[in-house]
Amino acid sequence: MPFDYAPAPESRSIVDIESNYGLFIGGSFSEPTSGEFFKTINPATEEVLSEVAEAGQADVDAAVAAARRAYDKTWSKMSGKDRAKYIFRIARLIQERSRELAVLETLDNGKPIRESRDADLPLVAAHFFYHAGWADKLEFAGYGPDPKSLGVAAQVIPWNFPLLMLAWKVAPALACGNTVVLKPAETTPLTALAFADICQQAGLPPGVVNIITGAGETGRMLVEHPDVDKVAFTGSTEVGKAIQRAVAGTKKKLTLELGGKAANIVFDDAPIDQAIEGIVNGIYFNQGHVCCAGSRLLLQESVADEALASLKRRLTTLRLGDPLDKNTDIGAINSSTQLSKIEELTASGEAEGAERWSPTCAIPDKGFWFPPTVFTNVTQAHRIAREEIFGPVLSVLTFRTPEEAVAKANNTPFGLSAGIWTEKGSRILWMANQMRAGIVWANTFNRFDPTSPFGGFKESGFGREGGVQGLGAYLNVEDPS
Amino acid sequence: MDNSTLTGLLHGLPGVDQVGLEGRAATLATRSIKKDSKIWAIDTAISMVDLTTLEGMDTDGKVRALCAKALHPDPTDPTCPAVAAVCVYGDLVATTRACVGDRVHVAAVATAFPSGRASMDVKLMDTKQAVADGADEIDMVIDRGAFLAGNYAKVFEEIVAVKEACGDAHLKVILETGELKTYDNVRRASWLAMHAGADFIKTSTGKVSPAATLPVTLLMLEAVRDFADQTGTRIGVKAAGGIKTSKDAIRYLVMVNETVGENWLNPDMFRFGASSLLNDLLMQRQRMRDGHYSGPDYVTID
Repeated sequence: MPFDYAPAPESRSIVDIESNYGLFIGGSFSEPTSGEFFKTINPATEEVLSEVAEAGQADVDAAVAAARRAYDKTWSKMSGKDRAKYIFRIARLIQERSRELAVLETLDNGKPIRESRDADLPLVAAHFFYHAGWADKLEFAGYGPDPKSLGVAAQVIPWNFPLLMLAWKVAPALACGNTVVLKPAETTPLTALAFADICQQAGLPPGVVNIITGAGETGRMLVEHPDVDKVAFTGSTEVGKAIQRAVAGTKKKLTLELGGKAANIVFDDAPIDQAIEGIVNGIYFNQGHVCCAGSRLLLQESVADEALASLKRRLTTLRLGDPLDKNTDIGAINSSTQLSKIEELTASGEAEGAERWSPTCAIPDKGFWFPPTVFTNVTQAHRIAREEIFGPVLSVLTFRTPEEAVAKANNTPFGLSAGIWTEKGSRILWMANQMRAGIVWANTFNRFDPTSPFGGFKESGFGREGGVQGLGAYLNVEDPS
Repeated sequence: MDNSTLTGLLHGLPGVDQVGLEGRAATLATRSIKKDSKIWAIDTAISMVDLTTLEGMDTDGKVRALCAKALHPDPTDPTCPAVAAVCVYGDLVATTRACVGDRVHVAAVATAFPSGRASMDVKLMDTKQAVADGADEIDMVIDRGAFLAGNYAKVFEEIVAVKEACGDAHLKVILETGELKTYDNVRRASWLAMHAGADFIKTSTGKVSPAATLPVTLLMLEAVRDFADQTGTRIGVKAAGGIKTSKDAIRYLVMVNETVGENWLNPDMFRFGASSLLNDLLMQRQRMRDGHYSGPDYVTID
């Protein structure tokens, strides 16, 4: 190709990463009582970025106690208007520091800078702005004349959108008057720790936001802590079920946002070029590390060959490589563990008789990578059609009639999202009503907005995040969803 | 082809989702083109310019100056490529041809440009005269009124007739997308023009706003891509009007690269219809060469 884009890397000099980080408890960083630290790496290079503290039981106790103190003494007594000032200030600081945060997110997570810069960070700021606006208007949210906060929220978030998931959790919690203890994923703690710095910069009262790092065990201690009033978790269905068991029989209020196996349904009258873009965006965005990813493509048989040819042609233009390069479309897989899981499931796809295809693309020597992959001749019985792969792997199935599309789309234990591609408005409405999914996109995919509630059906979880509905998860009212 | 056949053909094309199309164009516009790839892109863009003057106040003198600029866009640097063509009104074709010889193409706007509101005989005369005077490229306008009224056969027949009148001259068919209004119409008009024998499809006259935009050009590139797949015939695309900066031009080249590929990345298959764009390209070229910006007085204003 004569027009070969020269490397255009975003400078990493804008971020200062400390050699190690303590726990953010009660407004300041402190050493973990356990004395234990673990490494966090750049998945694109396997370079160690920093060491972060591993919180043990005493640290979890201290964090929850700090959050309780801040709740009792300060945050629950503050007016909504004053809470809003802090949240607005946080939102503005995120915008001011967005370039730094985007680079940091890309370094720790492996996602392309184009995504962290153009998708993650604008949404993070938008979530804080949106919820700041609610803080003094909760009486108009439809939860009664004077809705009350819950108390201390324990929040455990995943590694696929580290700062965005933090925003989805922290912003509504604070707006509704709760204090939080948040545990970021062990492979992506750095932007949450940068957020701790932003809380300090914003002058947020000590203890309102506490951030403790660690692995699954730390998360377990946090959600099982007896002085926690609310548990919010985003992550795998397996861990979600364990949390639900642990919380059962307590007064803790729970929201779970878990896995998905979304159907992206393309009818023969779809706007085909935009549908192809939607398919690509649906499954290859963020290396497919998206709980609502459109991982099952349902093509109407009458356009299947044509659509597949277009899809393959489009995939040859995807650029995989250095996540800091502004022209990169596909970044690194977040961890070797996740890479093994993707490799295992794709191997099962081949073993079960599906046909595998990837465009030719050079894979870097170091780091964790997986090429964009398409499986055709997939049936409902294949593991790759039933299990969440959480990687850049698309399973293509076909259908003949709208009824068959509905049946196949709903034939999964999950129910997070679905996509419908057709120029026929009445069919969009009919299909949307049939879908057992929390989010239905029509002629688009993976669009997010803080005003729009997000959450699942069935094994994809319960409770909503965002919008008026999302406020209910952090207020002392019956959950309307 | 009769009108009902054409209607069936054009209305059977897949629809265009506005949000999706504009989103894709916006994403492609975030590509960051630096260093060697930028140097290559700027020279390629210069070689794709149809240097244009289409004013009531045009004179032989103005056209001669424009021709000199077309042949040597940067007189201080002989390595700077010439532009693709000089584009003028029909009555100035002879002057233009006399100035440029066969070193660059001479394009004439014809068929009662820009409105196209004249009788068929006038349009054909306009075309034949321009070709006789030395134009080797004709930029015709379609009858947007007929198109919007659903009289596709009239538009089709006009293009066929003008193509015939062109003889060996290349025919660029201007869709005037700013008057077609919807993306669905742009896709239909593109296919209509390609089936009728266009060598190029061109966005705009430059006299109607909006002229060329990234999404509309992306859509036309998708149309020529699909047409080539179906028929094996490669049609060119010309984005005209409103493209003023090197940054804009490079965005168009990225879009060509990632939509139809390298076969279209040459002046035979992609053109810019522009006037002020050239000087910005030249200033960027000087900056890439010298390491610093020059200024508007270091490029010529012809």
